[in-house]
Amino acid sequence: MRSITKSFPGVKALDGVSFDLNEAEIHALVGENGAGKSTLIKILAGVYPYPDYGGEIVIQGSERRFANVRESEQAGVAVIYQELSLVKDLSVAENIFLGREPQRFGIINWQELHSRAQKLLDELHLSVDARIAVRHLGIGQQQLVEIAKALSQNARILVLDEPTAALTDAEVDTLFGILNKLRDRGVAMIYISHKLDEVFRISDRVTVLRDGRTIDTKLTADLDEAGVIARMVGREVDQLFPAAAHVPGEVVFEARNVTVEDVSVPGKLLVDTVAFKARKGEVLGIAGLMGSGRSELLMALFGAHAGRKSAETLVNNHRVQINTPADAINQGIGFVTEDRKRYGLILDQTILNNMTLACLRNVSGRFLTNDDAETAAGERAVSDLRIKTTSVLTLAGTLSGGNQQKVVLAKWLLTRPRVLFLDEPTRGIDVGAKQEIYTQIRELAENGLAIVLVSSELPEVLGLSDRVIVLHEGRVTGEFNRADATPEAVMSCATGHARRAA
Amino acid sequence: MVDSLNTPGRLKLRTSALRAYTMLLALMAIWVFFQWATIDQYHPYGLFLGAINFSKLLQQMAVTGVLAVGMLMVIVCGNIDLSVGAVVGLAGGIAAMTQGRGLVTCLVLAVVVGLVIGAVQGALVAYLNIPSFIVTLGGLQAWRGVILKLTKGATVPVELPVFRSLGRDFVDPRIGYGLAAAGIAALAWSNIRRNRARRRHGLPQLSTVATVVRIVVPSIGIVAFILLMNQAGGVPIPVIFLLAVALAGAFLTTNTTFGRYLYAIGGNPDAARLSGINLKRYILGAFCLMGALAGLASLLHTARVGSASPDAGTLMELDAIASCVIGGTSLMGGRGTVFGAVLGALILASLDNGMSLLNVENWAQYVVKGGVLVAAVGFDMFGRRKA
Repeated sequence: MRSITKSFPGVKALDGVSFDLNEAEIHALVGENGAGKSTLIKILAGVYPYPDYGGEIVIQGSERRFANVRESEQAGVAVIYQELSLVKDLSVAENIFLGREPQRFGIINWQELHSRAQKLLDELHLSVDARIAVRHLGIGQQQLVEIAKALSQNARILVLDEPTAALTDAEVDTLFGILNKLRDRGVAMIYISHKLDEVFRISDRVTVLRDGRTIDTKLTADLDEAGVIARMVGREVDQLFPAAAHVPGEVVFEARNVTVEDVSVPGKLLVDTVAFKARKGEVLGIAGLMGSGRSELLMALFGAHAGRKSAETLVNNHRVQINTPADAINQGIGFVTEDRKRYGLILDQTILNNMTLACLRNVSGRFLTNDDAETAAGERAVSDLRIKTTSVLTLAGTLSGGNQQKVVLAKWLLTRPRVLFLDEPTRGIDVGAKQEIYTQIRELAENGLAIVLVSSELPEVLGLSDRVIVLHEGRVTGEFNRADATPEAVMSCATGHARRAA
Repeated sequence: MVDSLNTPGRLKLRTSALRAYTMLLALMAIWVFFQWATIDQYHPYGLFLGAINFSKLLQQMAVTGVLAVGMLMVIVCGNIDLSVGAVVGLAGGIAAMTQGRGLVTCLVLAVVVGLVIGAVQGALVAYLNIPSFIVTLGGLQAWRGVILKLTKGATVPVELPVFRSLGRDFVDPRIGYGLAAAGIAALAWSNIRRNRARRRHGLPQLSTVATVVRIVVPSIGIVAFILLMNQAGGVPIPVIFLLAVALAGAFLTTNTTFGRYLYAIGGNPDAARLSGINLKRYILGAFCLMGALAGLASLLHTARVGSASPDAGTLMELDAIASCVIGGTSLMGGRGTVFGAVLGALILASLDNGMSLLNVENWAQYVVKGGVLVAAVGFDMFGRRKA
C-alpha cells in the first residue's frame, strides 16, 4: 500500500501511509486508538472502496482497485475483525462456506460441505465437529473458525484485528501456533494489537502508525517495547488543552473492590478489584487500551452493567447501594456514556426532550410535564454549552457529532450531579468541538464537580486530568499525578509492560 | 442562537405537524369524494356528510378509536398487543353475563377484567422479557377460549336499558351545548395560563392576535361539530366516551412524564435505561391502560350490538393497529400521536361507511382498506427518505 490518504468530513484519518507486506511474514501494525489502523485495514478490505481514498494498493506487482469487500476477498485478502462475523446459530461448516456453499441448481451438497469443512478444521488441528452450531464454541474456537473460513477462500493476506482481546492465555498459545504454521505455508499476515508482548512474540516486523502517518517500519528484532511505545506516543500534548491549576477538594465519590464479570462469558473478569477516589474540583483520568475494562467499570458503578458485579461505593463518605441508573442519578452521579448514538441520544426526538430525559421529574414535575419550564431550562443549557442549533426543537439526529455530544453533556448537567463520569467524550468529533468540550470539562471541574474521564486518546487523558489511573486487563497497573504522567510511562502501564503506584 | 423560539406564534411546520396535515388532507379528500359520490335525486348535496350519516360514522368508529388510543401507547413503547379483540369479546361477555348483579357491577367488571388481563400480559412482557408479539398472540387465542368456556358458545343479550343505551343513545342537545361551552372555556383558560407561565419562565409570549386565533379557530370547530350532532339528535354516547378517551390519551402522552418515558423507551431503550427510567414499570403501565381501554371498548361494542356473542371483537386488534399506523405511528416504537391514531380510525371508518353507502361489494371493501394501509405507510416512508 503506497501513500494511502483517507479523509472523513472534518478529519484526515490517513495522511500518506505506506505499508508493505512480504509473503510468509507476520507484520504487526501498532498505534494508539485513532492512529488510523482500522481505516487502513478497511481500505485494504474494500470497505472504503476505490476511489474514496488516495494512493494505491499493489498486490503481487499489480495495482488493485477494490470496489467492494467481495473483490478484495477474491484478491486473497481476508480480514478477521475484533467483532467476529459468524452467524451464531449456523453450524461451523455452514459458517465457513456461507455464501459459497457447494451446490448444484441451488441445492446444497451437505456431504461435501461438511467433509471440506472438517478437513479445514483438521488442518488447523482444531478438534471441533463441523456440524455443531457456532454458539456452542468458546470465543477462541470461534476465532479459529474465522481463520478456517479465511483459508477456505484461499486467502493469501490475512488481517487479524486484536485477535486475542477475548482469549485466554491457553487460547492465545493455540492461535499463535496456528499463525506460525500459516506463515510456514506462505500466508502473509497483518497483526493488529495493543498488547506489545504479543507483538514481540509473534511478529517479524512492526509498523507504527500515529495520527494517520507511518512513523516507522522496523524488524521486530531491532526494537524493544520502550522503543515502540516512544514511537506510538511521540507527540507533544499540544495547545488543545486548557491549563489547569487548582486545588482539589474533599473526596465526593469512592469506589472499592469493583469486580465486573463478562455478561456472555461467565467467570471472565472484565474489571478485577479496582478502587479509586474522585475529588471535588478534580479531573480523574482513567487511561487504558481497548478491552482494559474502562467502560465496564463506569457502567457497573452506574448500576447499568447487565452481568454480575460487586462493588462498594461511597458518596460523600457514606456507603450507598447503587443497583440501577436511577439509584446512581439520585446519588448525584451523571454519566456521559460512550457511543452517544447508541447509549446517549434518542436521535429522532428533539434535543429538548433528550436534554431533559434524565432530570424530567426535577425540571418538569413528578407526574405532569411542564413544556415551558423545560424549554427555559433547555435554552439555558443550549446557550451555556454553546450548542449550535436553530432551536431546542431540532431533532437530535440532525446535529453534528460535536453538538450531539454537547446535548448529552447538557442532559447530565441538568441532573445537577456531584460526580460526572465521561466515557470517550470526544470520540468522532472534530478538533474545534473537541477543544470546546475540553474547556467545558475544565470549567466544570473548577466549579466544584468531580469528574472521572475515560478516554482511549492518551493526550486527552493526560492533558485534562489532575490524576491518572491506568487499567490493563481489568486491573489498576499505575497511578500518576499530573506532573509524573508522561505518555511513555502511562503507555507502559497500559500495555502491561510496567506497574506503578503514585 | 435560538432564533425561531423568539417567535413562538409563527406557524412552524415541523415534520410531525406536516404529517398530521397530510393525513387531514387525505381525510378531507376521502370525505369530498364520498360526498360527491353519494349525490342523488334525494340528496342534491350528497348524503355522506349529512348529520344522520356522519353521526352513524362516528358511532362506528368509537370502539376502534378507543382501542387505537390504547394501542398507540403500547406501540410507542416498542410493543404490540394482538389480544385486544379477544379481550373485547371476553370482557363484553362477562359484562353481559353478570347483568343480574346490577348495572354498576357488570360495567366495572368489564373494565377490571381488561385491566387484569393487561397487567398479566404486561408483566410477562416487562418482567419476563417475553416478546409482546408472542405474549399477546397467545392471549388472542387463550382469551377466546375462555369466552367459549364461559358462554358455552351462546350469545348473551344485553337487557339492562342503561347498559344498552351506552352504545345507542344520544346525550340531550343541551348537554352538547354545555360541553361546547366547557371546551371553549378550557381552551381559553389553557392559552391564558400558558402565556402566564411563559412570562414566569422568561420566555417570549404569544401576541394577543395569535392567542385569539388559537382560541377562536378550534372553538368554531367545536360549535360546528355540536350543531351538526344536535341535528341528528345529540352527540352519541359512544362518541362522548371516545372524545374523553382521546383527550385523556393526548394529555397522557404529551403532558405527563409517563408519556414522555414511553416515547423514550420506544425511541432508544438503552438511552432510556441509562437515563434512570424504569422501563419495566412503564411498559407494564402501557399494557394496563390498553387492557382497561379494551374493557371500556367491550362495553361500547356489546351495548351497540345489543348482545355479547362468542366471536365478538374478532380482528378488532388489527383495526386498532391499522389506525395507529395510518396515523403515522412507527411499529418500531418511539413515534406516533394519539391525534394521528384517532384520525387513522376516522379514515378507516369513513372508508367503511362510504363504501357501504355506495354498495361497494364486500370483497372490494377489504381490498381498498388493505391498500390504504400499505399506501399510507408507503407515502410515509417515501416522505421520510426525501427529508
